[in-house]
Amino acid sequence: MTKELWKGNEAIAEAAVRAGLEAYFGYPITPQTEVLEYLSRRMPELGRVFLQAESELGAINMVYGAACTGVRVMSSSSSPGVSLMMEGISYIAGTEVPAVLINVMRGGPGLGNIAPAQGDYNQAVHGGGHGDYQPIVLAPASVQEAIDLTMLSFDLAEKYRAICMLILDGSIGQMMEPAEMPAMRPVQRKDWDWATNSKQGKRARRILTSIYLEPLDEENTNLRLLRRSQEIQANEVRYKEYFLEDAEIVIVGFGTAGRVALSAVREARAQGIKVGLLRPITLSPFPNKIIDELAERAKAFLVTEMNSGQMLEDVRLAVRNRAPVEFYGRMGGVVPFPDEILSEIKRIAAGNLRADVNPRDAWLERMPASH
Amino acid sequence: MIAENLVYTRPEGFTDTPTHYCPGCTHGVAHRLVAEVLQEMDELENTIGVAPVGCSVFAYNYFDSDFVEAPHGRAPAMATGIKRVMPDRIVFSYQGDGDLASIGMGEIVHAAARGENLTVIFINNANYGMTGGQMAPTTLPGMKTTSSPNGRDVETQGYPIRVVEMLSSLDGVGYAVRRSLHDPKNIRLAKKAIRTAFETQKRGLGFSIVELLSTCPTNWGMTPANALKFIDQQMIPMFPLGDYKMADAVKQIKA
Repeated sequence: MTKELWKGNEAIAEAAVRAGLEAYFGYPITPQTEVLEYLSRRMPELGRVFLQAESELGAINMVYGAACTGVRVMSSSSSPGVSLMMEGISYIAGTEVPAVLINVMRGGPGLGNIAPAQGDYNQAVHGGGHGDYQPIVLAPASVQEAIDLTMLSFDLAEKYRAICMLILDGSIGQMMEPAEMPAMRPVQRKDWDWATNSKQGKRARRILTSIYLEPLDEENTNLRLLRRSQEIQANEVRYKEYFLEDAEIVIVGFGTAGRVALSAVREARAQGIKVGLLRPITLSPFPNKIIDELAERAKAFLVTEMNSGQMLEDVRLAVRNRAPVEFYGRMGGVVPFPDEILSEIKRIAAGNLRADVNPRDAWLERMPASH
Repeated sequence: MIAENLVYTRPEGFTDTPTHYCPGCTHGVAHRLVAEVLQEMDELENTIGVAPVGCSVFAYNYFDSDFVEAPHGRAPAMATGIKRVMPDRIVFSYQGDGDLASIGMGEIVHAAARGENLTVIFINNANYGMTGGQMAPTTLPGMKTTSSPNGRDVETQGYPIRVVEMLSSLDGVGYAVRRSLHDPKNIRLAKKAIRTAFETQKRGLGFSIVELLSTCPTNWGMTPANALKFIDQQMIPMFPLGDYKMADAVKQIKA
């Protein structure tokens, strides 16, 4: 295979097709609409299902229905649309059926804007729908990684009968990069022992539901989901390390924020500062163990995100006060420049830390009152 | 010795689970008609049902076919997802008036407009039964419910929605009909309509919906007998029975 120029959203769509996607249900919203448009051409030419739903509510519930039959199914949306889908996501999680959802995040809250942001971290990672569940959440930082993680997401969803979300900011959805597309995998309709695909004279009837009226039955389900999350935590953590061997300052950033931080790390290294980057690829399961190890030797952490410090809290939990955790974020659809991260690295390298203050408050003090 | 003739049995399409419905409620009649039709068409093995949120939330316990349970109002979307990936299966949703005509109005209208090859069994009992009898989109003007304690005031609470009349204007609909469960004659007509609806689906003739006027003695505060009279005297004038849409191809079906 050779590299081709792929736009992020179209690359995700094609990767899903090559992963054996049988049905796509979606609704237009910027900046993910190219996923829908691409699949509106591609799926019918392969004899597969494409349907533009009446709303994100419709789309996620079509996904839910198709997922109950055991086929590979996906939807995609962007932040406000994903908020609408939260009802269905909770039901899918509670019913324990596999499904894939792409969230090409934009600025928020509310209608926000259509610029790249990472403000949906908490909604995705900590379960934006009601009840106790934890989706698998993957965060690509390039078009190539978006392709690879889209392929992976279907396998993970099926393996754990869970919802698997890819969250990427709009810049990865919109930009073009050289990337290698994997070979087409055949559509495999597996005869899962849970799927409601009708009896066909071969078996007893099956029911798929998320209702457990007896509290002890519901608690059993909660426990089963939680133990499955533990299994996912044990098996599926993925991250990338850059210059961490001798790093005294550890930056933690995912997606585009992590990618921008890498440019800053390279520049800081050129200037002799011992700084490295940890870029979580799985946000759920979160890479606690490596952060725990790094906290034993790092002098300071810097969390950088395109939000107000949502992953920050998970990093702080893993660091457990063994080193100061600083924060730098941009919001509202603003992508930080490497220079901004570099000056944060230099500040920390100079020992200019505010260990007594909540890192978010300290960051807010450094931010201008308004632009 | 007296010869015994078995004239009435539990349909094969039912499981052994007794229903949870209140005495005098006609949900059980509607369930039975659906089970008999699927059995007579020999489609139980090929059917996937979609249960709603509401009194019939546990419908999946009673039918001897695969079933899923939808979020409130979303049954037509779930059914669409199932039918699109398994077009050779019989897929039906069973929904009440709060589920279908209020919170799920978007899903039902668009499933109908797309001409999804689904069958919808729509129970209209003019109130939200499961939550204890609140006003529904189908509550009659002046009718007292727990959320319209002085009677539905159309000035502030609007007018009832006539669902099948509204859906019958959509080109994707093959068959839209309203029947009633208040007496044996109408029950027979209801069964015939349910059969036609499933035959419409089987032949790929588009969306089919059977609205069934149904009793709710508990929340209406009536005896079962008076509830049946209420349908006849109060509900039918507001929700006239009849075929509202029957595509030409559906008219040719000889069930």
